[in-house]
Amino acid sequence: MQGEHLEEYGPKWSDQRAERLLGALVCTVVALLLALIVTVIVRAWPSFAHNGLAWFGAGGSVEDQLNQVYLSGLGDAAHYVYTFHAWPLIWSTMLIVGGAVAIAVFCALFTSVFIVEFAPEWMRNVLQPVVRFLASVPSVIYGLLGVLVVVPFIGNHLVTESQKSSVAGVISLSGYSLLAAVLILTVMIAPLMVSIFSDGLRSVRPGWLEGSLALGVNRWRTTWKIGVRTARPAMVAGTVLAVARAIGEAVMLAMVSGSIAFAPNPADGLIFVYEPSRPLAPTIVKNVEALGSPPANSTLFAIAAVLLFSAALVSLTGWVARRAMRKYGATA
Amino acid sequence: MELATPQAQSPSGPVAPPPTPRGPAKGAVEGSATWRLSDRIGLAICWALGLLFCAIAAGIVAYLFIQGIKFLRPSMLVTPATSGFTEAQSGGFSDAFLGTLIVGAMGISIALPVGVGVAVWLVEYGRPAALARITESTIEAIAGIPSIVLALFGTVIFSSTALAFLSRTSEGVVFGRSFFAASAMLSLVALPLIVASTREGLNAIPQHVREASYGVGKTKIATTRRILLPTARPQVATGAVLGLGRIIGDTAIVLVLLGATQNLEPTGGPFPIDYLRGAGTTLTNFVYETSPTGNLNQPQKAYAAAFVLLLMVLGLNAAADVIHRRARKAGTWSH
Repeated sequence: MQGEHLEEYGPKWSDQRAERLLGALVCTVVALLLALIVTVIVRAWPSFAHNGLAWFGAGGSVEDQLNQVYLSGLGDAAHYVYTFHAWPLIWSTMLIVGGAVAIAVFCALFTSVFIVEFAPEWMRNVLQPVVRFLASVPSVIYGLLGVLVVVPFIGNHLVTESQKSSVAGVISLSGYSLLAAVLILTVMIAPLMVSIFSDGLRSVRPGWLEGSLALGVNRWRTTWKIGVRTARPAMVAGTVLAVARAIGEAVMLAMVSGSIAFAPNPADGLIFVYEPSRPLAPTIVKNVEALGSPPANSTLFAIAAVLLFSAALVSLTGWVARRAMRKYGATA
Repeated sequence: MELATPQAQSPSGPVAPPPTPRGPAKGAVEGSATWRLSDRIGLAICWALGLLFCAIAAGIVAYLFIQGIKFLRPSMLVTPATSGFTEAQSGGFSDAFLGTLIVGAMGISIALPVGVGVAVWLVEYGRPAALARITESTIEAIAGIPSIVLALFGTVIFSSTALAFLSRTSEGVVFGRSFFAASAMLSLVALPLIVASTREGLNAIPQHVREASYGVGKTKIATTRRILLPTARPQVATGAVLGLGRIIGDTAIVLVLLGATQNLEPTGGPFPIDYLRGAGTTLTNFVYETSPTGNLNQPQKAYAAAFVLLLMVLGLNAAADVIHRRARKAGTWSH
């Protein structure tokens, strides 16, 4: 047996060797992630060190600051400028991600309940491929449709002339707006949530649902009181994944958000949803050419570090929330 | 059971067999007619949102098909892009099309072996347990890293002098933008999907199959290669197809790590290597640059390229579906 085996695969594929080889591969992948985290933090450090907590604060024009930072990098190292206050970018990220996630959670919850419990067979057979398709459309296609369809629609039909003239001295309302960004981002992240939410709903033990039905509770109430509650960890997992995706979305938002580092103020009334802005990730995309200048490089890596840290924080929050739910016997 | 259930049901209406929450037979499901108004409104919201999703998807496909058929000429797929001020002057996007194929092939040929290897280690070996847990979190973390951050990380790796042979060098400065750089980082985008899907496939194989193989004297790795991986092939293939879709759909990494040129720009070296070391472009990058917010602003070209890209994505989705259905029909252990 042993001899035949060796003949077949050669000594190269001995078990120990294979285990060591695969182990080395796994260690490489882990090391790569560590290298990524360390690199991003090391590269970002000068920008954070020069600005301190003011990095996250407001003050001055972000565009001017980025330009100054870039130009200073062309001179000698003694005159590097790092001054950068990212608040408009952070605020824009919060508004867009928050808005999109809030809408998407609502839509995804109802849609996944529909798919798992209430849709007739034919509808289910249509809806599942549709959701999978929407999740796989490249973000640049969403961006293109946003720029050529959604943005002109908002600019020409939703924003009134009086609204445009009321802010004429500050910014122009051309349709590149929070509203466009939030709507398209919702369509991008909701399918992700739907697929994870429905997996969660499907894994609820039938006995629990049947128990409720046997007590005379109708199917709708049973689904919400038993099914959705039991599947809460899956809801959290799906939401976490969607938030991470939304925070990191760069290309589509670079196209439709207006790409102006402006902080829309909700205190101005509903007009703020028509105002342009630019989140953190698209700022990197728009300034890729500046990577050659050391201070600008550091500033862009600082933005990347903030993205990385927020994504990690979101996952951590989700993990804590799921852990807290585990004691109710909920399934993830 | 059969006696008790009709009493729990609504008193009106015919006596129905006990309701089952999923996959019920026709006519066995309690209708919504007896529900309270609020519940029925909820169901209406469900229907509305379901139909809305269908409408959005249909809208995207129909709109891009109309625009694509209007503006796409077959010659565009074989004509390289040239600089020009009007849509008629600027040629086609053969280089972008070719770039997408190259990036897809290279990215998946890195991601597939690594992903399968990691998944096999996790399911079949997984010792020490601490490393297994760290690896799981690592894969999860890689899935959560924004691709623009991966792209920035790539600029650091591939600009190092040690990897100068993978891209162009001028005056001692390593350019760090090439098909090698972009594909390597893009493979990380596909990796988590392949690992997750392969693990699912391996986990679905009952333990007694492994034991039978060990019982006739096969080693672990022989069992994996000869029995487990072939059985899990549908899942591996599904993961690879989904990963490929992500790779060809990604824009941020291509934008940063492929040099964002209009054409393929071979640098020194023997034939295939010179192109792979050079900068280039892909369909996603082309769409980005030709959209009104890009540098070129030629929406007709953007529509044509987006249409081609959408067809590729639809094709990959269909392929994943076919693999899935075949596997189910073949009746392997896994679904």
